[in-house]
Amino acid sequence: MTNRKPNQIPRQPMPAQPAEERRENFDEVAQGYTLEMAVSEAMRCLQCRNPRCIEGCPVQVRIPEFIQALRDNDMWEAVELLKDKNTLPAICGRVCPQESQCEAECIVGLRGEPVAIGRLERFVADWEQQEGVREPKPVTPREERVAVIGSGPASLTAAGDLAKMGYQVEILEALHEPGGVLVYGIPEFRLPKAVVAAEINYLEKLGVEIRLNVVIGKLYTLRELQEKYDAVFLGTGAGLPIMMNIPGENLNGVYSANELLTRVNLMKAFQFPEWDTPVRVGSKVAVVGAGNVAMDAARSSLRLGADEVHIVYRRSRKEVPARLEEVEHAEEEGIIFDFLTNPIEVLGNEEGVVSGLRCIRMELGEPDESGRQSPIPIKGSEFEMEMDTVIMALGTRPNPLVFSDAEGLERSRRGTVIADMDTGRTTLERVWAGGDIVTGSATVISAMGAGRVAASDIDAYLGGEEGQAWRIERATASA
Amino acid sequence: MYRILAKTTLTPVTTEYLIEAPEVAHQAKAGQFVVLRVHEQGERIPLTIADYDREAGTITVVAQEIGSSTLRLKSLEVGDSLASFTGPLGRPTEIEPDGTVILVGGGLGIAPIYPICRTLREAGNHVIAIIGARSGDLLFWEDKMRDVTDELIVVTDDGSYARKALVTEPLKELLDSGRKIDRVWGIGPAIMMKFVALTTKSYGVDTLVSLNSIMVDGTGMCGACRVAVGGRTFFACVDGPEFDGHQVDWDLLLSRQRFYVQEEQRALELYQQSLQQAEPEETSRS
Repeated sequence: MTNRKPNQIPRQPMPAQPAEERRENFDEVAQGYTLEMAVSEAMRCLQCRNPRCIEGCPVQVRIPEFIQALRDNDMWEAVELLKDKNTLPAICGRVCPQESQCEAECIVGLRGEPVAIGRLERFVADWEQQEGVREPKPVTPREERVAVIGSGPASLTAAGDLAKMGYQVEILEALHEPGGVLVYGIPEFRLPKAVVAAEINYLEKLGVEIRLNVVIGKLYTLRELQEKYDAVFLGTGAGLPIMMNIPGENLNGVYSANELLTRVNLMKAFQFPEWDTPVRVGSKVAVVGAGNVAMDAARSSLRLGADEVHIVYRRSRKEVPARLEEVEHAEEEGIIFDFLTNPIEVLGNEEGVVSGLRCIRMELGEPDESGRQSPIPIKGSEFEMEMDTVIMALGTRPNPLVFSDAEGLERSRRGTVIADMDTGRTTLERVWAGGDIVTGSATVISAMGAGRVAASDIDAYLGGEEGQAWRIERATASA
Repeated sequence: MYRILAKTTLTPVTTEYLIEAPEVAHQAKAGQFVVLRVHEQGERIPLTIADYDREAGTITVVAQEIGSSTLRLKSLEVGDSLASFTGPLGRPTEIEPDGTVILVGGGLGIAPIYPICRTLREAGNHVIAIIGARSGDLLFWEDKMRDVTDELIVVTDDGSYARKALVTEPLKELLDSGRKIDRVWGIGPAIMMKFVALTTKSYGVDTLVSLNSIMVDGTGMCGACRVAVGGRTFFACVDGPEFDGHQVDWDLLLSRQRFYVQEEQRALELYQQSLQQAEPEETSRS
């Protein structure tokens, strides 16, 4: 096999639970490469001298180098190289949209299928977790204290980077588990919570202190943190669900995707009654929207016992924003896609429970500001679908709770925080922000990229003249 | 953290807990709530703050044993810790000075009106409270309430204690008496709050109610607690819990509160079975 030219080796498929089996359980779908598969896939890499894959990665993972180490069977070296740029590789290997990032740039992909970079990343990260994560190298501690608000991907990355630089880092998390969207949003079958827990455990080894059940805006305000810490990183994501504002949306059986997923993932409602929180999903379910969250909600509904699950989307297949693999997995599991269809009313029975969804057919017109063709309703095409459950997965906005007593923190009309893309600096002194709270709902990896940018600028600030000025101010104030 | 410092049985179905939570106590205000979990597999239970002591660093909550989670809470002993305790959540009661106000607390609703009465009185209001329960044995905190009110009216539905009346009867009498009433609060079961709001409506007196819709996170993330007020949708956890009682869609609230009744019943039965199964073992050990 090694005699074949790299681009003649076929891309190794990802072993997965068969669709008919996995639609009944919450176990992870993609089961990961074996060592043999991983090495074989690694052989497909051309080791380009000017690797374009790295440019496609929001955190510039040293892709060809870690793949080379994997080929050389030098696994610890592969781990080191991977983690040099990516604090959460076991997570990214599972949830990154590689097809539009690193793998989209892969030269092998020009004439065939690109190297499965994401799957190799996952393999190396999982190998490390199995071997037992090595103790981090001790760092010279610095006295400055940094508060990191939220514990999703942006916050975890910023916290990890800052801790490695020696800062005293405290994560303040509102929920009773750390991980943010990684624990309340992304389901177990796509991202096992044990994987998230292991990554967080590593941060604690780095010296990061995690304080749970701390709701910023309620228990403490941003202003108080600004006074108490040398720097504050705001990474609370976009947790506020957007609803459609159509009639019938408050009926029983209408969920925001956030509610369904929080019940299932954070509260483990799929294990009710062993876990206390229930969730009720009927036999016919409509999920409105076609992003990753919509796919997660649809596939979770199936696993909770629904017989028929529809994705209702107002645009066409071409515009589906979800990661390709999620759409494929959803289709394999039997999710029905109703494209060019838009709900106009949720119908209910006399008990106030959902009985159906009234929709209208759409056609695509001129491109809108997003560059995609805008959907236009077709007059007189209204029709009804019988449904027991309707889940709204239309995206999320930043939760405004954190902004109480945060005067001077500028935000956009959409409610997102305005921050400098190159530094993460906000309009408030010594407050940085990154991730979905700045961009609106986006990807795990872009949030991580923003966390990294902010950590590096916090370091530059605290180590530079501005930091010195602040230290003098702080010393004067406390004297 | 979150240790139970004291536990008092108030009625056969109601228990008062004093919880060690200095940070929450420091920020807590009347009208806000906390979310607690009893054990690791537990659900997030929202409970309105019944009292707070900033110096002692404690929060008081009162829970009614209506399901498996509240029974499990009751099974904890002084010295035990809760799995989690989050707060203060929701908006505090808006306190205006110098008026005459009536606070109506029904059943468990007596607990949350206590700190509101105290705060209103400290702000210079003349505070009248009406507290009621189905029967005398379900009534609690009468003495405590007397300390924070200028006038206290006690009623029971069945007349087994104090005056036999529904809370709305003395409320109507006060409104009819010609005294100037600036504001009314009604806190208790949804159906009671609905009738308090109906009673005050024709008198045009501002009426606030504290909506206890089903919640999961309690921080505005899930929207389970959606309520309709004045034709608009709000999240009770972050926009409330207090709303204009005259504008609330009560039928929607009552319907949404009932959605998980079957599951709650099932969890309760399983919990009771687990207690029965545990008992014989204990006897054999002794």
